[in-house]
Amino acid sequence: MNLRSSLGIVRGLGSAKNGTHHWWMQRLTAVALVPLAIWLVFAIVCLSGADYATAVQWFRSPVNAALMVAALFAIFYHAQLGVQVVFEDYIHTEWVKVTAQIALKFACILLGLVAAIAALKVTFGA
Amino acid sequence: MAEFTLPKNSKVQAGKTLRAATGARRSREFRLYRYDPDSGQNPRLDTYEIDLDRCGPMVLDALIYIKNELDPTVTFRRSCREGICGSCAMNIDGTNTLACTKAIEDVGGAVKIYPLPHMPVVKDLVPDLTHFYAQYASIRPWLQAETAAPDRERLQSKEDRARLDGLYECILCASCSAACPSYWWNGDRYLGPAILLQAYRWIVDSRDENTGERLDMLEDPFRLYRCHTIMNCTKTCPKGLNPGKAIGEIKKLMVERQG
Repeated sequence: MNLRSSLGIVRGLGSAKNGTHHWWMQRLTAVALVPLAIWLVFAIVCLSGADYATAVQWFRSPVNAALMVAALFAIFYHAQLGVQVVFEDYIHTEWVKVTAQIALKFACILLGLVAAIAALKVTFGA
Repeated sequence: MAEFTLPKNSKVQAGKTLRAATGARRSREFRLYRYDPDSGQNPRLDTYEIDLDRCGPMVLDALIYIKNELDPTVTFRRSCREGICGSCAMNIDGTNTLACTKAIEDVGGAVKIYPLPHMPVVKDLVPDLTHFYAQYASIRPWLQAETAAPDRERLQSKEDRARLDGLYECILCASCSAACPSYWWNGDRYLGPAILLQAYRWIVDSRDENTGERLDMLEDPFRLYRCHTIMNCTKTCPKGLNPGKAIGEIKKLMVERQG
């Protein structure tokens, strides 16, 4: 039985004093992904059927390399922000929620790094 | 973890049927959600067939007719019968609305009536709005100003007054909040569309001096940002208001004050 007043329950731990940054970055990465996704699909279509040397040549262009890394950054950042909201919405057991959030952040950072380093490796021809 | 099964007492069973439309030219079935938590029994759906020529045109008229003439145990809230008090908000034909402004004619077939979804039920169609009202109190829904009160009214330009249009009409019937999935899953911390529209009503009031504090209080991943612009709130509002837009305006102000 909870004898706390209903207003006390509502006020709870108070405002977290953040949330806007998360929301704004989600919009910003979404906007960035519109041209980046179009570019990525366009590039994949153009390179389909090409041999490895042609693809490497394409990756050597600084513009293509930069856009690729930017796209990867936006994709993993946006994915992390989005899935975080899904977890917050639907997971109501505190320890499961915290574990899932940590695993999500680590996974997105790690996968993003692997993808970016792979792209740069081709660019710099190592 | 996420819950995938419903509590035992949320399974609605078939109830009794009362037919009171013999010889009627126009008859209609009403299926009412009946639940008495004190009885220990599961909720049931009771059917009442009534003669529409013997009651008024609105769903509330039918409910009052059923309670007066057929079954005095049917429990619901009502007061003004003209869409201004917000007491008779309930789920009619799958949509949260006010029984007093919903015409029976606008419902095809049997009229199914449930209490507002995802609220604790006190009895039958009466939801427990204690938490909802506490959330309303938490936004301090009154004018806050440090400037000494003038000897006359606090003046407001016509443009500033016009900003309150579409906000001040809210009657706090809770139809929108009870239609919002985010409010269903996280209503303990998310304030919900009704309360956020009310919060915005005070945020844009040119006479209020605590705009910053009001925004501070909402700057929270749950209180405000559980809104994912699903727009069920705007779709269901029986007063034709747009809580979704009000929430969007709050978010815009949050970004604006960042830099």
